[in-house]
Amino acid sequence: PMDQSSLKNSDVLILTGLTQMPTANPDGMLGEFCSNLAMTIRAGGNVLVPCYSSGVIYDLLECLYQFIESASLGTTPFYFISPVANSSLEFSQIFAEWLCHNKQTKVYLPEPPFPHAELIQTNKLKHYPSIHGDFSSEFRQPCVVFTGHPSLRFGDVVHFMELWGKSSLNTIIFTEPDFSYLDALAPYQPLAMKCVYCPIDTRLNFHQVSKLLKEVQPVHVVCPEQYTQPPLTQSHRSDLMLELQPPPMPYRRCSVLNLPFRRRYERVYILPELANSLVPSEIKPGISVATVSAVLHSKDNKHTLQSVPKPPPAPPTKKRKRVMEEPPVVLAPKPLLSGAVPLEAFLATLQKHGITEVKVEETADGHILHLQAEDTLIQLEEDGTHIVCDNNEPLRTTLRDLVLRFLQKL
Amino acid sequence: MPEIKVTPLGAGQDVGRSCILVSIGGKNIMLDCGMHMGYNDDRRFPDFSYITQNGRLTDFLDCVIISHFHLDHCGALPYMSEMVGYDGPIYMTHPTKAICPILLEDFRKITVDKKGETNFFTSQMIKDCMKKVIPLNLHQTVQVDDELEIKAYYAGHVLGAAMVHIKVGSESVVYTGDYNMTPDRHLGAAWIDKCRPDILISESTYATTIRDSKRCRERDFLKKVHETIERGGKVLIPVFALGRAQELCILLETFWERMNLKAPIYFSTGLTEKANHYYKLFITWTNQKIRKTFVQRNMFEFKHIKAFDRSYADNPGPMVVFATPGMLHAGQSLQIFKKWAGNEKNMVIMPGYCVQGTIGHKILNGQRKLEMEGRATLDVKLQVEYMSFSAHADAKGIMQLIRMAEPRNMLLVHGEAVKMEFLKGKIEQEFSIDCHMPANGETVTVTTNPSVPVDISLNLLKREMALGGPLPDPKKPRTMHGTLIMKENSLKLVSSEQALKELGLNEHQLRFTCRVQLQDPHSDPDTLHRIYTHLKSVLKGYTIQHLPDGTVMVESIVIKVSSSAEDTNTKVLLLSWSYQDEDLGSFLSTLLKKGLPSGLC
Repeated sequence: PMDQSSLKNSDVLILTGLTQMPTANPDGMLGEFCSNLAMTIRAGGNVLVPCYSSGVIYDLLECLYQFIESASLGTTPFYFISPVANSSLEFSQIFAEWLCHNKQTKVYLPEPPFPHAELIQTNKLKHYPSIHGDFSSEFRQPCVVFTGHPSLRFGDVVHFMELWGKSSLNTIIFTEPDFSYLDALAPYQPLAMKCVYCPIDTRLNFHQVSKLLKEVQPVHVVCPEQYTQPPLTQSHRSDLMLELQPPPMPYRRCSVLNLPFRRRYERVYILPELANSLVPSEIKPGISVATVSAVLHSKDNKHTLQSVPKPPPAPPTKKRKRVMEEPPVVLAPKPLLSGAVPLEAFLATLQKHGITEVKVEETADGHILHLQAEDTLIQLEEDGTHIVCDNNEPLRTTLRDLVLRFLQKL
Repeated sequence: MPEIKVTPLGAGQDVGRSCILVSIGGKNIMLDCGMHMGYNDDRRFPDFSYITQNGRLTDFLDCVIISHFHLDHCGALPYMSEMVGYDGPIYMTHPTKAICPILLEDFRKITVDKKGETNFFTSQMIKDCMKKVIPLNLHQTVQVDDELEIKAYYAGHVLGAAMVHIKVGSESVVYTGDYNMTPDRHLGAAWIDKCRPDILISESTYATTIRDSKRCRERDFLKKVHETIERGGKVLIPVFALGRAQELCILLETFWERMNLKAPIYFSTGLTEKANHYYKLFITWTNQKIRKTFVQRNMFEFKHIKAFDRSYADNPGPMVVFATPGMLHAGQSLQIFKKWAGNEKNMVIMPGYCVQGTIGHKILNGQRKLEMEGRATLDVKLQVEYMSFSAHADAKGIMQLIRMAEPRNMLLVHGEAVKMEFLKGKIEQEFSIDCHMPANGETVTVTTNPSVPVDISLNLLKREMALGGPLPDPKKPRTMHGTLIMKENSLKLVSSEQALKELGLNEHQLRFTCRVQLQDPHSDPDTLHRIYTHLKSVLKGYTIQHLPDGTVMVESIVIKVSSSAEDTNTKVLLLSWSYQDEDLGSFLSTLLKKGLPSGLC
């Protein structure tokens, strides 16, 4: 069975390829196939099975392998006619890793996973590339023939239709769900041959899909619009459709869909040198922040953040340049600030730095601090601080740094 | 700095009992669990007490990975899992899972039944051990748990041999097991993509040799066999049932066919028919030529090679016999050897590596008198030849693999110390990467320098990419600024504004106002204009505007001019800026304090 774990927590699930025969239970169909086959053979007729050369045929052969003994079909030859018949049967034996657990354990013995190898060895099953050549000389009736094409429009099956169509002893059993058997038979009418329709389609039916969706729980489901209503031939069957809350997004052939999900984040890699230079600070319990100034490199849709390269040191010149002649090169914007400056603590800090004469005035939004000796004003409010300082750059920078100590940088 | 630790418990500067422990990202992995073929006592098993002194290993290991079915890589597995105790997952490829238990059972039979040992694992233990095995497919990434993932690559060497890529987070290790870089008659060559692991652990059996052309070796081999057969001698080729045997069978079969030879070739029974089946069912693991033609013709069904019976050994006349096991240390090949050793017309050809302590090793080193059980000595008169057919990579092949995978560090195991030393030097010289060759029990620690994966908000990313323009200028890189939020296990990089919002914080505005006095005899608006012109000439590259409301703006800094009350020639400039423009603001106040240059209009 399908491994569903990778589908879990998907944002969008596109659902398609469900069974075309929701009312036909595959196991039941297999049973019908076998019983019809046995009945025809016992009555002395031939059985024609139009099918693809790989796929369900392996299961049919396996089922018949078990059935042959009990139904005393031991002497009836089974023919598989297709240019790739040999390859198909051989190839089915070598991909055990794709088969179910039981078949895998057979391979460890070692034994071929499919029993048709034994059928070939015991000459019960014979394969031929076409009806010409060896087949025409070794052909015995009554027999069972597996051949293509299931549409009955081309392939060796046409020959058999002509050969056996007139006798009501023979039966044609349809197992492929792709083609409507009535349409397929139309050009051969009137047909005395019996027709049995038991399509075998092991794909998911609506009941299984509902169960799958309940387990996987995707955020959005997208499906062909045919699944949102019961099939045309059984419009009263309200269980043969997808009923979901919220309803799935339908699409039809050649329609363009915008899938409803937005990405909010992309993966970017911080190079180790930059990662080492980051300084996180905890602003809330369990949450830390760090200011990042970096250079973004994007190549082949892969993004990395690298450290900002340091500007090369200015070459020493013979002429003595005046300091501060060069305007500052803005390497990185200053971080945003957050927090508040607590009055008492700030006053204490000022004191420690030798600023003792401070007159504190209360205002509607906060406080104004008059630094008497330095002739400077500091306005402290909940969401802002304003420093008014003339002509004293060193003092201004000191005050600036003292304020910044109380604030968070983002 | 995160580290990866590697400790060989076996195959460190040695061949045999391969067992390598890797600690990566908090996960512990055991690579291979082999048996040393040269010892008969406890030394044949790796020393698991390194992992824990007493008790089961389940809690200490996250998984065990077996590279292929040779006994020196899986021989101690049942012992470890059932007798020492391990219940976690064991990973190996499908063919390995199929063939391992057979070889283990065979080996157990010889050791217990024929040699009569007691403290050995039982058949039931082998079965219980294999129940814990999870099969791997080539190039399929398997999640062992949330953080540890492994992937198998084709290694050549024998059917089902794999190299394993182990990844936890951004750190990775590749273990090669035994591998071969040249395809042979039934297997392909090892291949790996440029996965750039932090460490590549490679075997170095033939570290110093560069093998000559395969055709020469094959021609040599066939010549020797042919000569011996021509003079009526018998050729004994000791092989393991699965591995080189198939290769040599194909070679001899084609030769016999071409030369229309009549002498019989035998293959010892037991594992033969089974081996054939395995090769058929796992044909996807053989080389391309065999895969293409297997439908029409099975390369492993031999017309000239028949099953051997013990009595045939006494038949007169020439014959070639493939007998197991490969190093002449026990079993049928040893029996046949004893029978034929006395005749100079006969020949024994060792097709591969022989571990020290085995009879194979002894006779290859020239020993011609051997001590058997019961004090009997055996005179070795038959010709002893060594043809290296074992599928290991030679020095050139190892370098080729390094070029393929581009690891950051190398670690050599499964070789002889002297040869590894030589190869280590070559690797360090050619690739400039560190190369280690630890002994058993010695731990190698490699510091990795991984990048940190972070989720960046799409808005921030798109904005930066748009501003950066299609071609970034390497001389003036555009700096991006953001805030990294670290919450539980997630790292998110967002713009500072978004960070404030997400964390529920308020922005705190810090502003500065500065008054600068200037001497300027012009009117206020003229002064302002002079300031504007002055700044424009100094601050090229900045946005400077002269606004109609009587202010000059530099970026977002505001400059106003007013006359002093006492003296109209003394102007007072008011500069106001926020913390975001701190650098520029500071510069401006110092600049303007110096006054305006006289040459301005």
